[in-house]
Amino acid sequence: MVESVSSTLGLVRLRFAICYLLLVAIAGSHRRLLAVGYRFETYSRSRRSRRLPMNEWPLWEVFIRSQNGLSHKHVGSLHGADAKMAIENARDVYARRNEGISIWVVRSADLYASDPIDKGTFFDPAKNKIYRHPTFYTVPPEVKHL
Amino acid sequence: MYAQMVTPEKNGDESSPELADFEARIDAGDTIEARDWMPGGYRKTLIRQISQHAHSEIVGQLPEANWITRAPTLRRKAILLAKVQDEAGHGLYLYGAAETLGVSRQELINDLLAGKAKYSSIFNYPTLNWADIGAIGWLVDGAAIMNQIPLCRCSYGPYARAMIRICKEESFHQRQGFEIMTVMARGTSAQRSMAQDALNRWWWPSLMMFGPPDSQSPHTAESVRWKIKLLTNDQIRQRFIDQTVPQADYLGLTIPDSALKWNEETGHYDFGEIDWTEFYNVIKGHGPCNTQRLRTRRQAHADGAWVREAATAYAQKRLSRSK
Repeated sequence: MVESVSSTLGLVRLRFAICYLLLVAIAGSHRRLLAVGYRFETYSRSRRSRRLPMNEWPLWEVFIRSQNGLSHKHVGSLHGADAKMAIENARDVYARRNEGISIWVVRSADLYASDPIDKGTFFDPAKNKIYRHPTFYTVPPEVKHL
Repeated sequence: MYAQMVTPEKNGDESSPELADFEARIDAGDTIEARDWMPGGYRKTLIRQISQHAHSEIVGQLPEANWITRAPTLRRKAILLAKVQDEAGHGLYLYGAAETLGVSRQELINDLLAGKAKYSSIFNYPTLNWADIGAIGWLVDGAAIMNQIPLCRCSYGPYARAMIRICKEESFHQRQGFEIMTVMARGTSAQRSMAQDALNRWWWPSLMMFGPPDSQSPHTAESVRWKIKLLTNDQIRQRFIDQTVPQADYLGLTIPDSALKWNEETGHYDFGEIDWTEFYNVIKGHGPCNTQRLRTRRQAHADGAWVREAATAYAQKRLSRSK
């Protein structure tokens, strides 16, 4: 199948290979992680069994560090059979224009999130502690370097 | 527009306090994220809109990939490859955004392959020669950009962020197309005719990309209210025409519309009647390439099975080795 006489056919295969390798990242399926809050909820088939069912690839979240000195930033998600494939796919899909020098991938099932429903109460303790901000304090104008 | 025929879903619970909060957030310009409460209608409409958009990107690779092996120069081949690669990436960002709403990508792909899902009408037209690649980049990607820029501000976070990324990449697509048109329009008389012929064939289908006229789109109001549609079909279509006519003038090509005329009063171009029968025909599956597109997608999916299986088997092998 790979051996072909005509170079045109070879280029067709090359074209298909490139498109397929991108499309295979789309071929799997996995339920999205449910968020957790104080209640810890996670749904992941990959936790219950380490065997990957045929054609079902886990979902991964992708983080990219664009330049030396910056943090990794979340850029999106993709499917991949394992971490190595997920990183390579992330490079192919999320770093085509030199957007990154480093890639992290995390299985979506391993990403825990605070629950937006609790957002008000969960973050409430911070709201009335304005003394944590430097602007709370009055600095006499004659005092330098404070 | 990539979701030309998406009708917003109705909500069941018209007056719940959650709905009131949600609508207040939308009105305040808040961004809704994946785990936020949202009405069922909002979720369903978004899934349909985003998945149709994703399917459009993937099917949209086909008319252009048709000319990769026959690009006139190595430089143009490499550029076209990069463009088609980008479309695959765009499909991925959009499937990813749809998955945040609780649907699996496999379900969406199954619907596409089963012929149950829609994609943009424009990709049911054939690419007959290299000039078509120029016309597509210039007009089709141009139309897409017109639609996608407002969507960067839509209310649903994952979709808006995908749009921002897509818009950054899409602008090279339009320039690539315009460059091809420029070279041909300034070439031999045979090349000029080819370029004009491509414009003749792609102009009206590109205008149809924006969807039916507002008068025939009674459900636009709901999508606008939820801020998942920020401008009406007619508004974006008019904007596209106003921006593109001077570009055609620059090329020295004639837009195939005898009624096209600058209107000093309104500050816009008046244009001729669009043949909506053709549009609805194509949407219903009777366009020039509908059957072929779906057949090619199904074949591609079947042909790619060995790659998916091999990757899965390899991953399992590495896993068992590492134990």
